[in-house]
Amino acid sequence: MKNLVILGAGTAGTMMANHLHHHLKTPDWNISIIDERDKHYYQPGFLFLPFDIYTPDDIIKTVDEFIPKDVSLIKSRVDKILPEENKVQLADGKQLDYDVLIIATGAKISPEETPGMGGEEWQKSVFDFYTFEGALALRNKLRDWTGGNLVVHITEMPIKCPVAPLEFAFLADSFFKNKDMRDKVGITYVTPLSGAFTKPKATEALTHLLDEKHIRIESDFAIEQVDNENKQIIDYGGRAIPFDILVTVPTNKGDELMDRSGMGDDLNYVPTNKATLQSKVYPNIFVLGDASDIPASKAGSVAHFEAEILTDNILHFVKGEPLSEEFDGHANCFIETGNDKALLIDFNYTHEPVEGSFPFPGIGPLRLLKESRMNHMGKLAFRWIYWNVLLKGTHIPFVSANMSESGKHYEKALNE
Amino acid sequence: MEKVIAGKPITVNEEGYLTDFNQWDEKVGEAIAAENHLSLTPRHWDVIRYLQNEQKNQVALSIRRVGKSGVVDIRELYSLFPNAPLKTATKIAGIPKPASCI
Ligand SMILES: Cc1cc2nc3c(=O)[nH]c(=O)nc-3n(C[C@H](O)[C@H](O)[C@H](O)COP(=O)(O)OP(=O)(O)OC[C@H]3O[C@@H](n4cnc5c(N)ncnc54)[C@H](O)[C@@H]3O)c2cc1C
Repeated sequence: MKNLVILGAGTAGTMMANHLHHHLKTPDWNISIIDERDKHYYQPGFLFLPFDIYTPDDIIKTVDEFIPKDVSLIKSRVDKILPEENKVQLADGKQLDYDVLIIATGAKISPEETPGMGGEEWQKSVFDFYTFEGALALRNKLRDWTGGNLVVHITEMPIKCPVAPLEFAFLADSFFKNKDMRDKVGITYVTPLSGAFTKPKATEALTHLLDEKHIRIESDFAIEQVDNENKQIIDYGGRAIPFDILVTVPTNKGDELMDRSGMGDDLNYVPTNKATLQSKVYPNIFVLGDASDIPASKAGSVAHFEAEILTDNILHFVKGEPLSEEFDGHANCFIETGNDKALLIDFNYTHEPVEGSFPFPGIGPLRLLKESRMNHMGKLAFRWIYWNVLLKGTHIPFVSANMSESGKHYEKALNE
Repeated sequence: MEKVIAGKPITVNEEGYLTDFNQWDEKVGEAIAAENHLSLTPRHWDVIRYLQNEQKNQVALSIRRVGKSGVVDIRELYSLFPNAPLKTATKIAGIPKPASCI
């Protein structure tokens, strides 16, 4: 009997277990999935929790309810991978053999990378919303905050869901408007990039929205430290931005396990072939989701497209066939813009987000790069789709893993 | 598009980055630096040479990597090339603007 082991039962690992158990069955194959957590968080919901739009119950379920019965779920921290020996070592020292290994351990925040960030103001006036605990603490703070300077900040790229901090700023604007206190709150968006987003076309649309909502932008800001005493963030050039509430996205990194296993880059991401999703070093190791170093967005929608392609590639691999399926970097995200509206962007390694309609060329119903209520409904529906369709590995009708070029007004990506 | 830099016609993109490194020489670097109100010291040149070398080896450039390179720390990088150091330094070095990840 052969062993396929999946590390991480978050978005990507869970989808792989659901895809592969249909194909790799006993007595030939045994599939195991390892995670240290009992809870599965719907991370896109961390954006809505601080504004009391979602409750904790909306975004937490248990890991086991999404894992098929014929897959063994092991609850443990993974200590390290021994890639030369095809073994994984768990926290208690126990070792597991694998024939094929899938790494899906995601990315997490590392406030300790920035001096002062995890300091005495942490969760008092300095918050993150990339963890459940952070988003909840921020909700409690915002419920009775009376106003001041709200600074929304990105420490460094890459981060998961790179549009989430912008969405946070947009939602904050409408949250305070609805509370009749927008005039008491200054909102500043601080980014290490030169503009609102990484892709020039989308930046244009988003900059316009920032202006319209009176959100100030401070770009090219490379943070050196959080000054807890004077409540300001300071960059290497000496620029200081004062805050009453700082909502920061700390440096994102892959799990420390990669460092212990000697398999990660300087941010603990695993070097991965961007088309086949195979490890660049070990042919029987595959990587998907936020854990890899491929130049695609770290998003659940990307993991979903990757999972379809990786399933085919793993089946090729176990049959000794060449890997044929190629991932094109397809990403598809809704961007909440406040007031019950949202934008939708669709892009890949080589094409920038463009205007047009999705998923049906010329018909939509979703509009690319244009604010609409329908897009907002799409974003809210995404939670239902996530729990009921995405995690189960079911193909979403009409949405293909590689990007469709029809119905869109194209320009090649300038950035790549 | 074409631009005359240090007396030579040079091909650059809309943002002023060279599109062909073969057209670069130290005079071109100095002229671009002057446009950015910088005059280059030996420390500037250490950084520029380092960036050119990383580019040649196809290493993705980021402030974090430069800071850990041992060539210069981030504080000094900012004092050498104020505001947006990596963008300015790569322009002077004649190499593409670092693509920020998405
Ligand atoms: C605020 C926010 C908003 C977002 N919004 C969107 C959105 O609108 N649309 C979208 O598509 N995506 C969005 N995302 C991104 C999306 O949530 C992630 O890209 C996705 O969850 C990645 O899946 P993953 O499986 O790679 O990682 P995860 O889902 O994070 O799973 C990793 C798993 O590995 C486990 N693990 C890690 N290390 C170990 C170890 N050593 N031992 C044992 N277990 C371990 C963890 O416990 C975890 O369960 C958002 C993310 C955030 C934070």
